[in-house]
Amino acid sequence: MRESFGSWTRTGSPWVWLNAGAVAISVVMVIGLLALIAVRGLGHFWPASIIEADVRAADGSLHHITGELTDSLTVPAEQVRASGVAIPADQETVTRYLVKIGNRDVYGTDFRWVLKDQIENADYPEALMAVERREWGNFYGYLISVKQDGQVIAQQAVGENSIWPEFEKRIARALTIHEEIYQIEKHEIGRINYAMERLRLKQRSLELKGKDTPQAITEIQTERRVLDAEYKVLQQKLGDLYVEANRDSFVAQAMDGQQIEVSVSKVVRAFQPNMMHLGNKIVFYGEKLWEFMTDEPREANTEGGIFPAIFGTVMMVLLMSVMVTPFGVIAAVYLREYAKQGFVTRMIRIAVNNLAGVPSIVYGVFGLGFFVYFLGGHIDDLFFPEALPAPTFGTPGLMWASITLALLTVPVVIVATEEGLARIPRSVREGSLALGATKAETLWRVVLPMASPAMMTGVILAVARAAGEVAPLMLVGVVKLAPSLPLDGNYPFIHLDQKFMHLGFHIYDVGFQSPNVEAARPLVYATALLLVIVIALLNMSAVAIRNHLREKYKSLEM
Amino acid sequence: MKQNSSSAPVIDFDTPALRMHRKIRSYKDKAAEVGVGVGGISVIVAILLIFLYLMYEVVPLFKSASVEPIAEYQVPKTTVAPDNAKTLYLAVEEQGEVAMRITNVGEVIFFNVADGQVVKREQLVLPQGVDLVSVASEGPGSAILALGLSNGTALIVRDRYRVTYPGDKRLITPSVEYPFGSEPMVISESGGLIEKLAVNNAEQNLLVSAVTNDKKAHLVQFAKEESLFGDEITLVRSEITLPVLDSKVHSILIAPDQRWMYLASQQGQVDVVDLRDPDNAKLNARLKVTEKNSAIADVKFQLGGISLLVGDMTGAVSQWFLVRDDQSEWALKKIRSFEHDSSPVVVMLPEHRRKGFLMIDAKGELDIFSTTAHRTMLTENILEIQPRIATISPRADVLLIERVDGVVQTFAVHNEHPEVSWSALWQKVWYESYEEPQYTWQSSASTNDFEPKFSLMPLAFGTLKAAFYAMIVATPLAIGGAIFTAYFMAPAMRRKIKPIIELMEALPTVILGFLAGLFLAPFVEHNLPGIFALLILLPIGMVAFGFAWAQMPDKVRHAVPDGWQAALMIPVVLLVSWFALGMSQPMEAMFFDSDMRSWLSNDLGIPFDQRNALVVGLAMGFAVIPTIFSITEDAIFAVPKHLSYGSLALGATPWQTLTRVVLPTASPGIFSAVMIGMGRAVGETMIVLMATGNTPIMDANIFEGMRTLAANIAVEVPESEVGSSHYRILFLAAFVLFTFTFVVNTAAEVIRQRLRKKYGAL
Repeated sequence: MRESFGSWTRTGSPWVWLNAGAVAISVVMVIGLLALIAVRGLGHFWPASIIEADVRAADGSLHHITGELTDSLTVPAEQVRASGVAIPADQETVTRYLVKIGNRDVYGTDFRWVLKDQIENADYPEALMAVERREWGNFYGYLISVKQDGQVIAQQAVGENSIWPEFEKRIARALTIHEEIYQIEKHEIGRINYAMERLRLKQRSLELKGKDTPQAITEIQTERRVLDAEYKVLQQKLGDLYVEANRDSFVAQAMDGQQIEVSVSKVVRAFQPNMMHLGNKIVFYGEKLWEFMTDEPREANTEGGIFPAIFGTVMMVLLMSVMVTPFGVIAAVYLREYAKQGFVTRMIRIAVNNLAGVPSIVYGVFGLGFFVYFLGGHIDDLFFPEALPAPTFGTPGLMWASITLALLTVPVVIVATEEGLARIPRSVREGSLALGATKAETLWRVVLPMASPAMMTGVILAVARAAGEVAPLMLVGVVKLAPSLPLDGNYPFIHLDQKFMHLGFHIYDVGFQSPNVEAARPLVYATALLLVIVIALLNMSAVAIRNHLREKYKSLEM
Repeated sequence: MKQNSSSAPVIDFDTPALRMHRKIRSYKDKAAEVGVGVGGISVIVAILLIFLYLMYEVVPLFKSASVEPIAEYQVPKTTVAPDNAKTLYLAVEEQGEVAMRITNVGEVIFFNVADGQVVKREQLVLPQGVDLVSVASEGPGSAILALGLSNGTALIVRDRYRVTYPGDKRLITPSVEYPFGSEPMVISESGGLIEKLAVNNAEQNLLVSAVTNDKKAHLVQFAKEESLFGDEITLVRSEITLPVLDSKVHSILIAPDQRWMYLASQQGQVDVVDLRDPDNAKLNARLKVTEKNSAIADVKFQLGGISLLVGDMTGAVSQWFLVRDDQSEWALKKIRSFEHDSSPVVVMLPEHRRKGFLMIDAKGELDIFSTTAHRTMLTENILEIQPRIATISPRADVLLIERVDGVVQTFAVHNEHPEVSWSALWQKVWYESYEEPQYTWQSSASTNDFEPKFSLMPLAFGTLKAAFYAMIVATPLAIGGAIFTAYFMAPAMRRKIKPIIELMEALPTVILGFLAGLFLAPFVEHNLPGIFALLILLPIGMVAFGFAWAQMPDKVRHAVPDGWQAALMIPVVLLVSWFALGMSQPMEAMFFDSDMRSWLSNDLGIPFDQRNALVVGLAMGFAVIPTIFSITEDAIFAVPKHLSYGSLALGATPWQTLTRVVLPTASPGIFSAVMIGMGRAVGETMIVLMATGNTPIMDANIFEGMRTLAANIAVEVPESEVGSSHYRILFLAAFVLFTFTFVVNTAAEVIRQRLRKKYGAL
């Protein structure tokens, strides 16, 4: 031995190693967490193979099962024995699989736990298909026949795959019709409803002002009739489209031999993962990823995409930065350039620190009470009396959420801008003043341009903070499902009074408030991954700008 | 060379245009200064605004009640025997506009509360030659009235107020209805004047109890039987024999669950009758509820029919209810008594919507009490002449009193938040139907007569519990890590570590919470022994590796440059974790009967929730580490290098230098780091919301969850009614959080500013 344990301990080395370990643990935790989210989030879109197997139940009977293996868990054999399943005595642990059997309309649940030891005759038959539907989740089974108007057009036996092209053709047709229906319902009828509502408010407003002359009323009535006529035409068209959409259906056999008929209009996509080769799978993966980023959620947010949440987050963050930047920069300029360093600046610094340290939920409560009910209530009384008692701004919405978060993130901008201002050498300012510029001119022409990367850093950090903040938003404006985006083609285009969806809240809501958490979980991981990537990128760019700035002024100081 | 000096153009700097230009520039400069100044000060304004607004919402909670007189007029006379008719019952409807007077001549008069104008008269349908003797209400919040008649029968009526808006003006049309028909029901088969009575109308049975002038007490049950078509109800009468009573009855009360009945005698005794078995009604107890042998002045049910409110002739006012003991025996107990002087109580008026009551005494003093909060909302002399009978409107905003001289006085009552007091928020409260005083948070329930339980203690406890476990996880890791990073680590590695920690700080807490709830909680539950093994094995493994490393030949040791030990530690941490978690199931099988969870709850009696304080500690610890880490690291790094060089030159080891020189110098900074970390842990919302079951329990058990102030706000604010007591209490919770973090942050900031000054001197 080079050194005895006693003398090694006396030098304090164990403590140094423990401290080193603390760093290592922190790093391992961060990396591990990111890796966990990445693996689970990205894995969701990969087309999993569908297994077909027999499961031997405790009483010896065999059940047929088809589905995706989604998770496995190893538990002590004793626990399983305690629940009445016979496990050989020499076996210590048992592996359980979580199988997504889908077909919620048939079996009531999507998932089933199966013991590995009970699985027999596992196979991956190529003809097995997975159908993503607009309701009741995925369907797994064999395609039997395709029908048109109730008449069988093509059929095949279980295990064959001859009518697949026919099936796909009809899905493509149904999807086109669905897209048309969506356009009409969402945009055209949405526009008419919006116009109708505005007419109603206009009339009410005239009544309140006492200007509801018969002439004005007639005008409104005429406009309303025009809209009504348009609406009728669209309604007719929709009716026709729905009939068209429901023309086709298909029959498929589920895992217990039941044959189920489903309308093709309910199908989002059908695929046969066991037949796909790697290239197909990659293409499929890309499609699913695209759908996730650009589509609207389906089935109580547990399927489909998260586009409205992305859009809502971006809108909110943009509005917030418009508000927080001037406020934060001016405060920082005051602290660095104008104020005498003394009691007042000390107080402001303490206030800034406190703004940064106040729990975010307190901002939410304040925003709800002060902005929404107090300010919003008064705004409604003054400017939107025609809509009352339905509140316009007196209810949580996009604008109040942005203002609340602007207040919450202002310390971030102040601190970053101040640091930037502090790094600008005195000589630069003095040069400008010596040339006869006023203080304001020096500030505007020399100091602020030089400090702009620092402000940028501050704003980016503020945006990163705001994008991840959920607690206050739960009180001042986010909803689990917003019927429309806060930006659309209807006047006045940006709807500041509307509620919106938010990535962070989406994670909370789908992960914890959803009726089918098990099915929604992969989507939550994917959403979390997206949020983490956005925030990590924002942070890294902020850090990069800051470091660049530091280097730049280091050379100036030389 | 030209001769510049003589031929240089003379520029006149004093032209009007340039003067103007200078003026504008100077104005701009001033404007900028003012604008920037306002911007700077507005930060303070913002923090003050938050503070003041929260205060503004909280303060009304602690305001007392107030009354103001509305009107005074002669009681509306009956048409029959206008001078001899006596008021038997008074009531005011929901809007506080119309009052009802029932007189002993069988005439019901509806009149305006504001001026006494008669709105409508209605003669009750009474059999020929039978008089109305007594009236009893079913209880607070109910419109059902029982009328006791002079021939041993009773009539059930109900007052109805139809509200219409002809011409956008509110019109209230009162009427009297007979829900069980206008035929009186026989209560005493032997006849006799019904002097006192009580009624209770439940889904299955209608119970009517009465005492006749021959001192006989009767209890009759009318079972409701629907006819074949379900459109008509027939009542099936059966008599319940009551235990013998011998004293003069003051009041009869039947609880809404029809399990208990109370007979209060004039001498101040209450007989508690157990009606669980209708064929065998038993006397549960007979006890004195008044002070000093005084007679009862008034006894009423509180809203919900659980508590008895007793006022006696010596002025004592108290609340009683049945409490179940360990042996499941019920006993009527005095819960609290209310402050009042010795003038006799005249009338007690329980509120219809809240757990509270009004009391008027013989000298005309009005007292408003809240029972749950045990608070006297108001004590004020409002009458010159003694009252005879009074009533309070369902919204508890209009008080109507008839004096002994036949004058009616009406008052507006403002009593917004009687449910709250400091003692109700922070001390144990004996809630109705509870076995003992407790700290409980339960803000709402589905029933109307629910007693809200607003104790902030379980929430404050939960907040501190969550913060405590988080700090246990975070402090050693963050401070240890910061020490190493600032003092031992090679600069190249430090540049790599710091962004990782910054990224850790930027991770949204909603993601940490979601992982804690959906991944970590089941993982911890599944690998419980492994997690604990990890706690023990990790430090041992690290030290063991360090010692082994010291034994390595120089060649190996020098391959890793100084200050890179942390990188070596990463594989050690991974290996130990893998080993400990891999050991989890064998250990579980060996020591804990293969199921540590059930072993904990069955063998040790420790309840186990999947989402518990351990999970919260780990997740929130993760969130707090970067905060503490950064500030500590800054503080240690800022310690001037010449101090440590001096110490090292004198022969101290690096560790000795660190503990004796560097850490003492940096300790205020480290302290402020821990404070700020604590502030963050206390206010964190999403992690606790998602990683605990949010049950407001008071238990320090690491395997159970909690509900924190912040999570409670997030859960309950959206569903609380604006301006209600509940809403304001949630603002109070926010205010508590705000003040706590304000104090912590200000202290930390002051310490840091001091520290900066000190280093400046060094």
